[in-house]
Amino acid sequence: MTRLDALNAIYSRLEPRVVVTNMGAVAAELQSIGHRPNFFYLQHAMGLASSMGLGIALSKPDRHVIVLDGDGSVLMNLGGLTTLARYRPRNLTHVVFDNESLLSVSTARGDFPTATSTGSDLARIAAAAGVPRTITVSTIDALVQALDEAIAAGDLATIVAKVEAVGPPAYVTDLSLLENRFQFQRYLRS
Amino acid sequence: MSPVSTTNSGVIYQAMKNCGIRLMSALPETWLVHLIRMAEEDPEMTLVRLAKEEEGVGISAGAHLAGVKSAMLMQNHGLLASINGIVSCAQLYRIPLLMLVSYRGEFGERDPWQTEGGGVTEELLRALRIPFSYLDRPDHVAARIAKAQTLALSANKPVALLLCRDLMWEDA
Repeated sequence: MTRLDALNAIYSRLEPRVVVTNMGAVAAELQSIGHRPNFFYLQHAMGLASSMGLGIALSKPDRHVIVLDGDGSVLMNLGGLTTLARYRPRNLTHVVFDNESLLSVSTARGDFPTATSTGSDLARIAAAAGVPRTITVSTIDALVQALDEAIAAGDLATIVAKVEAVGPPAYVTDLSLLENRFQFQRYLRS
Repeated sequence: MSPVSTTNSGVIYQAMKNCGIRLMSALPETWLVHLIRMAEEDPEMTLVRLAKEEEGVGISAGAHLAGVKSAMLMQNHGLLASINGIVSCAQLYRIPLLMLVSYRGEFGERDPWQTEGGGVTEELLRALRIPFSYLDRPDHVAARIAKAQTLALSANKPVALLLCRDLMWEDA
């Protein structure tokens, strides 16, 4: 599956929820489908998208937060999985698009593979960190089903979605970082 | 008995409460033990114990955008471990952070392993253009915490308060 197809398939689930993404392809692709005031794209600070999601989930227990993360970012903040599990926000779902590479610095597929390409298993790492629901999916249908089940279960979940290492033609969009930030704050506080 | 001052830790904690802080992230270090315990025992406070201090930048950023006032408790070596998060999350996105940083390695430090970080702390804060001040006497703690938070919120930027030995350690 491609991440873009996956995002299209789950967009209706993202639409009414608070969404925080990590940097790069996922941010550009989600914006290409349709930006919303409840979507925030953390365009740097790799690893902290899940920490931001935790801060929001603890501060807004009545909102459901979906974090769209990547393998490279999660690998930079594996300790964050233990913090997520420790506080176990029932209103947070952590989706990790795992393309087994640092795609945005690559010029061709597989240029900069991450450790998930050599066997590191992020779902098992999350489970071992204490995340109560974890699964690895590799098809669109399985992703949609896993996301629906996680939302219905009302518990913290990490869903690792294996995707192809392909991305958008460009990473910079016409949404400025600060416009996104203040719009998102206004949405969260309203 | 730890010679960390319970009384002055209480002064700091109450000042943060009076500023409306309702979420604290922390990674334990000796000087912070009472503050962390006070946060843990306070039903009005959400305490997030971290694996690494940089996570606290993301957590405080999320809390701020959601309208919750927060503070970060860390050692100066935790500040060193948080630099990319401070620059690439808080400064890039104009997020206020109130960082209370225990200033290990200044005059009086007995632990050899704490001495290197102390020598770079202030120059690091200046290089990052992070406004900072010192908490070294109980009588100015409340005002300095309140003023630091005011600047962080008006400027939308990180600020730091250095928790000094004279305030935190009873036999300094």
